[in-house]
Amino acid sequence: MARPTFSQKVKYEKELKRDLAAEVVATPGGEKIFSCLQCGTCGSACPVSVYMDYTPRRLIGMVREGFKDEVITSFAIWLCASCYECTVRCPAGIRVTEVMYALKRIAIREGIYPRHFPVPVLAKEFIEMLKGTGRNNEFWLVLRVLLKTAPMKLLTSWPLGLRLWRRGRMCLTASRIPKAANADLLRILDSIESQGAGERHTAAPGSSPLARDEQPACGPPAKAA
Amino acid sequence: MAYTYFPGCCMHGFARHCQDSLYAVFNALGLELRELKDWNCCGATTYIAVDEYQAFALGARNLAMAEKLGLDLVAPCTACFMILKKTKDYLARYGDLREKIDTALATVGLRYEGKVEILHPLEIILRDVGVKGLKAKVKRPLRGWNVAPYYGCLIARPYALSEGFSLEAFDEFVPALGANLIDFELKARCCGGSLTGTVEEVGHRLVYILLHQAKLAKAHALVTVCPLCQLNLEAHQGKIKRQYGDDVTIPIPYFTQLIGMALGLSEKALGLEKLLVPLDWDVGEKVFAAREPAAA
Repeated sequence: MARPTFSQKVKYEKELKRDLAAEVVATPGGEKIFSCLQCGTCGSACPVSVYMDYTPRRLIGMVREGFKDEVITSFAIWLCASCYECTVRCPAGIRVTEVMYALKRIAIREGIYPRHFPVPVLAKEFIEMLKGTGRNNEFWLVLRVLLKTAPMKLLTSWPLGLRLWRRGRMCLTASRIPKAANADLLRILDSIESQGAGERHTAAPGSSPLARDEQPACGPPAKAA
Repeated sequence: MAYTYFPGCCMHGFARHCQDSLYAVFNALGLELRELKDWNCCGATTYIAVDEYQAFALGARNLAMAEKLGLDLVAPCTACFMILKKTKDYLARYGDLREKIDTALATVGLRYEGKVEILHPLEIILRDVGVKGLKAKVKRPLRGWNVAPYYGCLIARPYALSEGFSLEAFDEFVPALGANLIDFELKARCCGGSLTGTVEEVGHRLVYILLHQAKLAKAHALVTVCPLCQLNLEAHQGKIKRQYGDDVTIPIPYFTQLIGMALGLSEKALGLEKLLVPLDWDVGEKVFAAREPAAA
């Protein structure tokens, strides 16, 4: 995949695309990107940051400053495997994984990704299949993604498929939900679509605790009223 | 106790053996599973990369249907488990998201109130049966076995486990089965998820790190609690061996398969023959005999 290159190190105000940060802030979990300390905890916790062109810390910095093109064309957003290490460790409470999802969404919506790159193709095929049968079948999903991204890979990946099939772990007929239930599911998804993007989220105080230690309050004690 | 069972797509597909063993073990422990009728895919971590609201609607439909049944919901796939927990959390915290989802669910006559509890089978076994209870039911202790438990990401991240549970607490089920617990340092490190299929050079490296570490720790089996980790860790061992020149062959049983073995259930009921890397029942006995010849 072609790596983005900076043609200039500095951007002038009018070249910045500030709407990117607004969209990320409107994502549940992305509200706090302006509290980012740029400490780099996310990148050091991330198991795949060593393969990224920009670390998560840098991506958040670039999102805030409006470096949209660099962010959206980066390889890093497609590498995130949703392990949530960054999210539970971020001292500023930024749900970095949700920020990554938001960036993937923007890239997919705007059609900015290499044509045969499997991650966005997988996402699209996954959804198409889900809408068709209500569930996913790995055999057809993998087959469709491979055909669209790297048909030659079928030559090297069929032995695994065969081994799974021989053990009764590869189902050629998809597990599907009844027609009526599938129609219900589609009605729900359509209803969401027709309601539009709507207003930005407002978060109420957390209900399910994140897997992390409580952090002590910092700063001077609050004055009694 | 009876539970509503949310299999998720994998349990109906490549993880049939995990499902076989889950039913067998729950049955042996006197726990009942009732599959949620007409469940749909939870959207995994994939749907949200295209549309976040629809992704939450997928989880909400399942939760609303489960709520009607009034039982706790069991999700043995940790991705489904996390997604359903996340849906519950976000619907409780984001008012406008909740409004949208409620409107959408109402079009098909469903209503979600936020009452249903989502649990992983490991939590249920340790909560309802307990470590002592499990130990009492062991018929064929896995003596001599070095077992490294591997939990992966999503069972404990981003959401904390139910109260009183931590990964350290989970580790106790291994000695209860009579096996030696290997304190596996990478127990919560990522296996790469779908990267093993999409960006192989990265995905395989992540799997290799885990397998290599398990071998270094002299584990005879690396036991998982997630069907996707299970597939990832066992399916690419051959390729990894060729690529890194390191023999990382190690069986990767799902945790209910291991529990079932100790409970004395049959190999077929536990789907052991469906593992890609076969599990040799005699491994532990040989080690045990070498260590304590008199007792053996």
